[in-house]
Amino acid sequence: MKVLKLNTILNEDDVRKLKVGDVIFFTGIIFTMRDMAHLRALEIIKNGGKLPFDLKNRIIYHCGPLIKNNKVISAGPTTSMRMEIFEKDLIMITGLRGIIGKGGMGENTKKALKEHGAVYMEFPGGAGALAAKSILGIKEVYWKDLGEPEAVWVLEVKDFGPCFVTMDSQGNTLGYF
Amino acid sequence: MNVEDIVEAIRALECDLPKDVENKLLLAKEKEEGLSRMIMEAILENVKYARENKIPICQDTGIIEFFVSCEEKFSEIRKMIIEGIKRATEEVPLRKNTVNPFTRENQGENLGRFHPILHFENSNEAKIDILAKGAGSENVSCLSMLDPTCGIEGIKKLVIQTVKNAGRRPCPPIVVGVGVGGTMEKAIYFAKRALLRELNSKNPDLNLRELEEELLKEINKLGIGPMGFGGKTTALGVLIEWGHCHTASLPVAVNIQCWALRRRTIILR
Repeated sequence: MKVLKLNTILNEDDVRKLKVGDVIFFTGIIFTMRDMAHLRALEIIKNGGKLPFDLKNRIIYHCGPLIKNNKVISAGPTTSMRMEIFEKDLIMITGLRGIIGKGGMGENTKKALKEHGAVYMEFPGGAGALAAKSILGIKEVYWKDLGEPEAVWVLEVKDFGPCFVTMDSQGNTLGYF
Repeated sequence: MNVEDIVEAIRALECDLPKDVENKLLLAKEKEEGLSRMIMEAILENVKYARENKIPICQDTGIIEFFVSCEEKFSEIRKMIIEGIKRATEEVPLRKNTVNPFTRENQGENLGRFHPILHFENSNEAKIDILAKGAGSENVSCLSMLDPTCGIEGIKKLVIQTVKNAGRRPCPPIVVGVGVGGTMEKAIYFAKRALLRELNSKNPDLNLRELEEELLKEINKLGIGPMGFGGKTTALGVLIEWGHCHTASLPVAVNIQCWALRRRTIILR
């Protein structure tokens, strides 16, 4: 187990070094994406379109934040398994390197993490107030028509964590799966 | 009671855990080690930070359910609760959680068809119990219409299997509400009502008290642990509520509740 402070832009080499049990605090930019944003992103791509934001080497956060006056009030992770049916495709197509969520993911995501070189991490579920503490602000918002929880919020974070690696790029998992 | 009381009760329940729940979390932390202990520490730090800064503990402020027990003024209370939800959504604030199930359209008020969720009980108790139910734990809850011959063993099996299936998804350590009997919908209602009971309270029925203790022991043997990272504490408590049922039925509902068991009571004067 290592405690690391990392930037949110990761290349394959960085990610391959991460192992289950590592604890990471991130500084940079993360993209919230949950159910409807996954659905829309893949629809756009499958119809030959292009996403309005670039996820290559980036981190997405399974989160529907609570927002007031353009400020993030509380923003813990949501249950990642709901995104399992989309995640393999999203990883392979966009080239994202990290997913932060909670509650673990399934076999397809595991395969994609290994094949592409990416990690799945968990922020303590329910700790929304704590998460918001390390969110400095909102850089951008996409797809607001999906509703506040489902939109893609581009968040500027400082020492965002603890993010525990629970599925690494070698196919290892941590805890009860 | 006025609208202000409702808004303040919602604020209090969203931003601060009941003492009995926080105490159980503290005890759980002491039993865990390694990463699971780090998880418990983060959870407790979050509870403290939320309380001190009056911020909702979890961004999923839930669907807020009202259990109204009184003898009169139902329509007046209903109006106040609707107004209370509207105001709390802006003032606490609450995440805008309610959507049309077909179109997924979010009107941004935490209201909508058949909202807010109100359970009226004609009773001389004169109180409103309020419970915020997040989706992570609600989504892994279940109802089963067992055969009467399944008996208590069948109830135990269903509870354990539901917790196993839920696994690490519902933000453990969880609280397990079990509703037995009644009708199909009442079993679920009982399971939810059970969650209103304090975690250190004893079930008044001695047999059920033993059953609750036995189930808690069995659940904690599963080793799911805090956030599913493994450990001794998968559940903080098991709470059972029941009612008589049809001779041909054994309805059993298991309502899973995340560690953030957010409830408050308003006493009606």
